[in-house]
Amino acid sequence: MEFIGGKLLQVVIALAIFAAVIGIIMLVVDRAPKSVKDRVTVAGFLAPAAILMLVGLVYPAIRTSTLAFTDASGNGNGFDNFVWMFTQPEALTTLRNTVIWTVLVPLLSTSFGLAYAVFIDKARGEKVLKSLVFMPMAISFVGAGIIWKLVYDYRGPGIEQTGVLNFFRDALGMDPKQFLLDAPENTFFLIIVMVWIQTGFAMVILSAAIKGVPVELVEAARLDGANAWQQFRNVTIPGIRGALVVVLTTITIATLKVFDIVRTMTAGNYDTSVVANEMYTQAFRAGEPGRGAALALVLFLMVLPIVVYNARVLRKQREIH
Amino acid sequence: MTATPAPKEASKATRQRPGSDPTEDAQPIMRRVKTKLTSKWATAAAIVIAVVWSVPTFGLFVTSFRPAAKQVGPRSNGWWNAFVDWDFTFKNYTDVLTPAGSQSANLSQYFVNSIAIVIPVTIFVLVLASMAAYVFAWGKFKGRDALFIFVFALQIIPLQMALIPLLQFFTQTLHLPAGSYAQLWIAHTMFGLPLGIFLLHNFISEIPGEVIEAARVDGAGHSTIFWRIILPLSVPALASLAIFQFLWVWNDLLVALVFSGGTADVAPITQRLAEISGTRGARDYLNPAAAFVSIIIPLLVFFGLQRYFVRGLLSGGLKG
Repeated sequence: MEFIGGKLLQVVIALAIFAAVIGIIMLVVDRAPKSVKDRVTVAGFLAPAAILMLVGLVYPAIRTSTLAFTDASGNGNGFDNFVWMFTQPEALTTLRNTVIWTVLVPLLSTSFGLAYAVFIDKARGEKVLKSLVFMPMAISFVGAGIIWKLVYDYRGPGIEQTGVLNFFRDALGMDPKQFLLDAPENTFFLIIVMVWIQTGFAMVILSAAIKGVPVELVEAARLDGANAWQQFRNVTIPGIRGALVVVLTTITIATLKVFDIVRTMTAGNYDTSVVANEMYTQAFRAGEPGRGAALALVLFLMVLPIVVYNARVLRKQREIH
Repeated sequence: MTATPAPKEASKATRQRPGSDPTEDAQPIMRRVKTKLTSKWATAAAIVIAVVWSVPTFGLFVTSFRPAAKQVGPRSNGWWNAFVDWDFTFKNYTDVLTPAGSQSANLSQYFVNSIAIVIPVTIFVLVLASMAAYVFAWGKFKGRDALFIFVFALQIIPLQMALIPLLQFFTQTLHLPAGSYAQLWIAHTMFGLPLGIFLLHNFISEIPGEVIEAARVDGAGHSTIFWRIILPLSVPALASLAIFQFLWVWNDLLVALVFSGGTADVAPITQRLAEISGTRGARDYLNPAAAFVSIIIPLLVFFGLQRYFVRGLLSGGLKG
C-alpha cells in the first residue's frame, strides 16, 4: 500500500497551493483602497474562473476552429476536411448515426421519464421506485457498457445463451441475434443504453415539475369532467412546459457529446460510430487532427441552435428579475 | 416539493366535511374508485419500467459473484442460473483488487487514482464557481449580464473541441509533467466551471438582498460576506453541485484518456475498466467484478446524498 503515500502527498500539496492562491486573492480584495474596492473585488473573484475558462474552453475552441482547415501535417487545406466528412461513406454513416442519436435519445428518455413520473405520482413506495430508475445516472458509461454486454451477449445457435435478450429469443423459438454487430439496427441497441441512463434524469426533473402544478387547476379540470388523459394533456403538460424544454435540451446536448458508450461497446465499428467518437479516433488514433477538429466544429454547429435558444430564454428571465 | 400540495388537500377536505350532504359525497367516491382503477394500470406499468430498468444492474451484481467457469467457456450459462445452481464466490473481487501479477486488473491502484483526481477537482470547482457566481449575482459591473450569458453558452462547447489545443498547451507551453495528476485536475476544473457557475448563480441570486445589505451596513467587506454569509446559505446548492461534479469526474473517460497518460500512477478506474473490457480474453470473467468496484463509490454517494442532488438541481435554472 506504499503507493498511496505519494499520491496522498500530491493531493495535499495541490490543495495547499490552491488554498494559498485563494487566500492571497481574499487578502488583496480586503486591503484594496476604498475607491477601487468594488472593481478589485469583481476582478479578484472572477479572475481564476475566467482565466481557466479562457484557457480551457475559449482559446481551444478558437484553435480547433482553425485547425479544422489544416491537413495532417498542419498546412492549410481549405475545406478538404469538410469535403471528406460529407463524401466518405464511413463519415456519412457517422453523421447519420449522430442525427439518429440526437433525435431518439431525448424523445425516448423524456417520454419514458414523463410517463413514469406520472404513473408513480403519489403511488406507494414512490421514493424507492424513483431510485430504481434514477440509479443508472450514477453509473459511468463504461460501467453501463459492461452491464449491457450481459444483456446483449450472443452465442451461436444451439448453445445455451448467456445474454438476457437472446435467452428470451431462445425461449420464443427464435434464432439468437448479434445485437451489437448487425447494422444498422445495432445503433438502436446502443441508443437504448443511453436512454436507460438519461430517463432517470428526465423523470426526477419532470416529477418535481408535476408536483409544482397547482392542485386547484387539476381539481377544476376534474370537476369539469375531464378524464385522466385530458387532465394530463390540458393541465399537466402546459404546467410543466418549462421543465420539459430544459430536460429535452439538456439530454440533447449530452447525447451530441456521447462518446464512451460507443467507445466501450463497439469502438465505433460495425457502422455504429458517432461524431464524438469519430473525432477522437481521427485526432488521437489516426493522426488526422485536422479531420478531428472539423468533426468537432460540426458538433459545435449542431449544438449552436440550442445555445442560442437557451440564451434567449435566459435573457428573458433576467429581464423579468 | 412533496410537502406543499399535501396540506392544501387536507385543509380542503376538512373544510368540505361539515356541511356536505350524502348525495354530494357519493360522486367523489365514484370518482375515487375510477381513479383507483386507472391508477392500478399505471402502477403496473410503473413496476414494469422499474423492473426493466433494474434488471441489467442486478444481472451485473449477480454475475460478479459467479465463478469463472460459469461465466466464460463452454460450461458457462446465463447469470439467472445462479439461483438454480447455487454457486457464488468472492474470488473475482480478490483477483481484481490485488496488485500482484501482470495479468491482474490491479484495480486498487486505479481506484486510489480516481479518488485522488475527484476530491481536489470537486473542491476547486466549488470554490471557484461560487466566487464567480457571487460576483455575477451581486457584483455591479458593466456587461455583467452579457458575460454571464457567455459563460452559460460555454457549457455547451463539446469537450472534443478543447482537447487537442489544451493538450498542446499543457505539454508545450506549461511543460506540465506527464504522469502526474496536474493535467487532469486542471482540465476537469476548466470543464466543470461553466455548469457550476450557472447552477450556483441561480441559487445565490435568490438570497434576499436585505441580508447582504445588512452585512454591508455593519461594515463587512466582500470577502467576509462571501465566506460568512453566501457560502453557508448556499449549502444545498453547493452539496448538489459537489455530487454532480463528483459523479461526472469519477465517471469520465474522455478527459482521462487524453490527459492521464494511461499509467497505473495516474489513470482513473474508468480508463482501466475500458482497457480490460475492450480486450477479449481468458480473464473476461473479471469484468463484472471490476465494473462493480468502479460503480460502488458513485452508487454510495448517489444513494446517500440523493436528496441534496435533486434539490440542488431544481434550485437552479431547471425549474423552467
